[in-house]
Amino acid sequence: MRGPHDVGGLEDGPIDNSTHELAFWEKQIDAVRGVVGAKGIASGHENRRNIEQLGHDVYEKLNYYERWTAALQRQLIDKGVLTQDEIDAKVAQVRQRLAETGELELRAEEETKCL
Amino acid sequence: MSNDPHGHHHDHDHDHDHDGHHGHDHHAPPQPDDKVHSYYQILGIALKELLIEKGVVTADEVRAAMEARDSITPANGAKVVARAWADPGFHERLIADANTAIRELGFQTATTQLVALQNTPDVHNVVVCTLCSCYPRDLLGLPPSWYKSRAYRARIVREPRAVLEEFGLEVPASQEVRVHDSTADLRYLVVPQRPPGTEAMDEEALAALVTRDAMIGVAVARPPNP
Repeated sequence: MRGPHDVGGLEDGPIDNSTHELAFWEKQIDAVRGVVGAKGIASGHENRRNIEQLGHDVYEKLNYYERWTAALQRQLIDKGVLTQDEIDAKVAQVRQRLAETGELELRAEEETKCL
Repeated sequence: MSNDPHGHHHDHDHDHDHDGHHGHDHHAPPQPDDKVHSYYQILGIALKELLIEKGVVTADEVRAAMEARDSITPANGAKVVARAWADPGFHERLIADANTAIRELGFQTATTQLVALQNTPDVHNVVVCTLCSCYPRDLLGLPPSWYKSRAYRARIVREPRAVLEEFGLEVPASQEVRVHDSTADLRYLVVPQRPPGTEAMDEEALAALVTRDAMIGVAVARPPNP
């Protein structure tokens, strides 16, 4: 069976080739992965494998850098760098902080993307 | 994919960069704001902060990596192509060993192999990464959204001429189209054909004719201004 990433040769619709600037958070997650990659914690191959193993549902639901973020989380746990508990606690803390500073504006459809 | 709530088969990458929103039909205008809109943005911030707190990475390293990404643009690749057009010896070295050749212009690739593909009157080359988004990012910067989209990855190997036409490029029937699928270890740079009427131009002027899309192979080099 094809993995969710294995789309070469499938049918699809028109290509949206409009140009978009990357958002700050997207550049940042790219950079964080690059830095931990350079330290030997997460290779490009491991990033790819983790993305491919997200499963069809998650893969289709997330956009590109959301997949990278999910893959990085898995990689850091697998390598014993962080634990799920630590991450959960930090996510809750960051979320509360962003809400307090008024920086949190979650979109409604995010309810279907809970971590 | 048939349970896509939007009822079609589009990848969601293409609109990720203005707001992280994943719906195809909801293109919001680009809003470079500093608000946090998605759960995964929160997770990204949390991972970065934990890595810094634990001393795995430093804030300076992350900042430097972001600046390095901003500093690499398709203009780097354009300089390589212009040199190849202007200098037959360099062209030969580029085709033989692109990783080594681009060092002559001060550019470097990290750990990936770079292969330069010369377009000719007989062969038009175009590059894809069907499995993900592999791209000569050390030379051209981060790939455009469409390069990462499901539609491009799926269709360019299935119906390359039709896809190229959507990009505005009609490849004559006499010209073979070769589609090159990148990997994590192997990245491609298309060297477009030098446009006619550019014989008197210097490298800087030539480089201005070389677009990102021409180096991916979904376009040809710009004609010189009359």
